[in-house]
Amino acid sequence: MSSLSVNNLLGIKYLSNSDINLIFSTADNFKKIINQSIKKVPSLRDITIANLFFENSTRTKLSFELAEKRLSADIINFSSSSSSVKKGETLLDTVNNILAMKVDIIVMRHPDPGASVFLSRNIRARIVNAGDGSHEHPTQALLDAYSIREKYGNIKNKKVVIIGDILHSRVALSNIYCLKKLGAHVSVCGPSSLMPINIQDLGVDHFSNLQEALEWCDIANVLRIQLERQNLKYFPSLREYSMTYGINKEILNRLNKHITIMHPGPINRGVELSSDVADSKQSIILDQVENGVAIRMAVLFLLAGKIKDN
Amino acid sequence: MKEKELLNELDVKIIIERLCQELIEHHDNFNNTVIVGLQPRGTLLKNRILENLSKKRKDIRSGNIDISFYRDDLRRREKPIIPNVMDMDLTVEGKEVVLVDDVLYTGRSVRSAIDALMTFGRPKSVELLVLIDRKFSRDLPIQANYIGKRIDVLEKQKVMVEWNEISGKDRIVMSNFR
Repeated sequence: MSSLSVNNLLGIKYLSNSDINLIFSTADNFKKIINQSIKKVPSLRDITIANLFFENSTRTKLSFELAEKRLSADIINFSSSSSSVKKGETLLDTVNNILAMKVDIIVMRHPDPGASVFLSRNIRARIVNAGDGSHEHPTQALLDAYSIREKYGNIKNKKVVIIGDILHSRVALSNIYCLKKLGAHVSVCGPSSLMPINIQDLGVDHFSNLQEALEWCDIANVLRIQLERQNLKYFPSLREYSMTYGINKEILNRLNKHITIMHPGPINRGVELSSDVADSKQSIILDQVENGVAIRMAVLFLLAGKIKDN
Repeated sequence: MKEKELLNELDVKIIIERLCQELIEHHDNFNNTVIVGLQPRGTLLKNRILENLSKKRKDIRSGNIDISFYRDDLRRREKPIIPNVMDMDLTVEGKEVVLVDDVLYTGRSVRSAIDALMTFGRPKSVELLVLIDRKFSRDLPIQANYIGKRIDVLEKQKVMVEWNEISGKDRIVMSNFR
């Protein structure tokens, strides 16, 4: 396969294995390019991309913006805090107004699950989901899997544990889909109150004990506690969470093996990860950030190749 | 599809030897020269040229350049673009660069290659070496400095350079593909 089977990147669950591998091999090329002295290619010079962020984001937004600029696309940015959404405009109206300005690709983050799927049914532009509520965050999962592939050579049969707030995490869901498709063994770890019901239906095991989970895994992907999405108290206090599920050097030293630590950011230092772990050689957190740009360039390039003028 | 052999294995060998002689005439000891093949098919010709030159000149610098992301037809083509490996572990700053490709047709690939080349520095000069020059078919004002053979074919005819590494034989064939 040399072209994606989908016209939009809405979630990992819609991608085939060959789509994921195509994105990875294209990202390999872009990774070389972003390490050259001139990091820009003229590929998308006749493409206009709108970044619609209906929810706060720093790293994903910057990463997409940089990827778009490296590909020479024209970009417009929009964030809901300073827009007409506040005046009562619907999502579809907002987007159709932006599309009337001849935009080819929409990159959207939205607090409601399924927002990008809804949009894809109603508009013609290519859509990249940059996170929709607690549903999916496909580019994050792709860059996570890509970083594992980069470190270990492949993903098949690797044991990955995702630790933390699985219930509210789109990163967890996309990661589970992506890693399972690529043949990894995936488990989740965290307090039962932060586990979705029937999580085992996705083919993942649940550890409630952190030490056991770490003993089992090759790679630990640690998530942030999403306090902004929690309208209930799921655990007594952050301090207690940190004492039960926080990873520090002492815990890692107790293991009889060397595991890799990942984190999608932003890190709450001292809660899910201690500083000495986050900054250690075992952590590939900054590689994830670098790979994020290459992955997003690959996704945008492959989707742009599917736009035809008519 | 009708096929006609334009050049056979021996013809190709003689042409490559002649092209190498021309390169030696112009670049002498290749001290300041970099030979760059265009991915994917130009790199095979580049390898042949390096192999041939190695009998007389040692340690010639070379690289392979991929033009996928520098093309001008991303949205205009039927087939998707498949990127190849960019293999340029050197700078071309101040160097005399020889771009190598198999067939010079519209000149658009060469335009993209010059664009891509400039991201690795500002070369002193850029020359072009091709095995086949399709006459009267340029979209852009681009000409080669070293030419294997000039041929005159119709637009609907395709000229293919076949290499031993891929199809078991070095030869150049023309076919009617429409």
